[in-house]
Amino acid sequence: MHTKRVIPCLDVKDGRVVKGINFVNLRDAGDISEVSSAYDKAGADELVFLDITASSDARDTQLEWVREVASRVFIPFTVGGGIRTVDDVRAILREGADKVAINSAAIMNPQIVSDAAKKFGSQCVVVAIDAKRRPDGEGWTIYKNGGRVDMGIDAVEWAGEVCRLGAGEILLTSMDCDGTNNGYDTELTKAVADRVDIPVIASGGAGKPEHFYDAIEAGAEAVLAASLFHYKELEISEVKSYLRSRGVSVRL
Amino acid sequence: MIAIIDYDAGNIKSVEKAIKYIGEDVVLTRDREKILGADGVILPGVGAFGDAMEKLNSYGLSDVLRQVAESKKPFLGICLGQQLLFEESEESPGVKGLGILKGRIVRLPSDKGLKIPHIGWNDLKYPHKGRLFEGVPEGSYVYFVHSYYLEVSDPSIVTATSEYGATIQASVECGNVFATQFHPEKSSDIGLKMLRNFVSVVKAG
Repeated sequence: MHTKRVIPCLDVKDGRVVKGINFVNLRDAGDISEVSSAYDKAGADELVFLDITASSDARDTQLEWVREVASRVFIPFTVGGGIRTVDDVRAILREGADKVAINSAAIMNPQIVSDAAKKFGSQCVVVAIDAKRRPDGEGWTIYKNGGRVDMGIDAVEWAGEVCRLGAGEILLTSMDCDGTNNGYDTELTKAVADRVDIPVIASGGAGKPEHFYDAIEAGAEAVLAASLFHYKELEISEVKSYLRSRGVSVRL
Repeated sequence: MIAIIDYDAGNIKSVEKAIKYIGEDVVLTRDREKILGADGVILPGVGAFGDAMEKLNSYGLSDVLRQVAESKKPFLGICLGQQLLFEESEESPGVKGLGILKGRIVRLPSDKGLKIPHIGWNDLKYPHKGRLFEGVPEGSYVYFVHSYYLEVSDPSIVTATSEYGATIQASVECGNVFATQFHPEKSSDIGLKMLRNFVSVVKAG
């Protein structure tokens, strides 16, 4: 039986995991490979790394840790953050990443999505969408540059567009819910999942096992969380056991 | 020494890294002598059937791989590498596969309400005993990424299946030729165990 995926997200800066990780027995809580291995053992189905490094030599550092992770972690992983060109995509995949997540670059130059999909296959092109509800409550718009700039573009329309361009997956973050622990924006998840025929990864707002279930009910193929797992407020296995008890097929 | 066939297919590095991780010597090569001199051979692959066959042919690798199979040297095809072992694929009509094993590759059914490609973890059933799966319990989950799947001519060589709108022949074993539709190199400890099993076959000579 095909399973729904539970995905921890790790923020990376200057080649280190930045949010605290409460895994016991880690020699170095900032070491990307060690943290990744711990998540693999904890039952993560995939990993997403968001590189928030701002410095100009970020690219080389990034390729270095991607290579290191690929040598030690044998579950699929996605790398996002600062990807601007098809050459960036090629370099990251060549070091052993399975997918790249493209956000602002896709908004500024949608052709990067179709070019990357043609060259490397849709399965490795994830488009990350940061969406926020419009002030009048009618739908959502997308933001670029890490949620700083409102593009005024409808999120559901944009999801349809990147799907048409050849994206293989959508990583959908609700900026309203992110960090609240009050649950995913299931209306947003449902609106996007209904619109596209590619998998949607719900992100932003998870606080308890029920929230993961709600997102999957709304149409998410995968559910992502960051601080919840990092700070051990919930174990991945707890989330999966709960999902299974509600009749969702998971890898346990 | 295990030779991984280097024909510009994506994701080759992951297979190389997994084999290194389990402590086996490995070389990434398209050199005939190195391939024929290796103790075992792995044909990985992500991409389209037709492009891949064109590359294998243009590098003169198709005949080398048939020779590998005939020589009884342990040979493992992964993902597209499994599909290429067979005769033809709906993905690239008119293109001949390696034809080492009998069967054809068909598209996953699109009328079952399931997303294509089939991406993610799925569990295995074992219709026949396979050496890759020694010590790997039935029902184990492995990672798939594919839009096409195998319809084999001789079902007795199928050692693992998985369900996704159809019964996917997820692994075959015929003599010393092994293949998996899923990615053992991305299937966590379970996948590494399968690669170790393949290495054991290689070492047993």
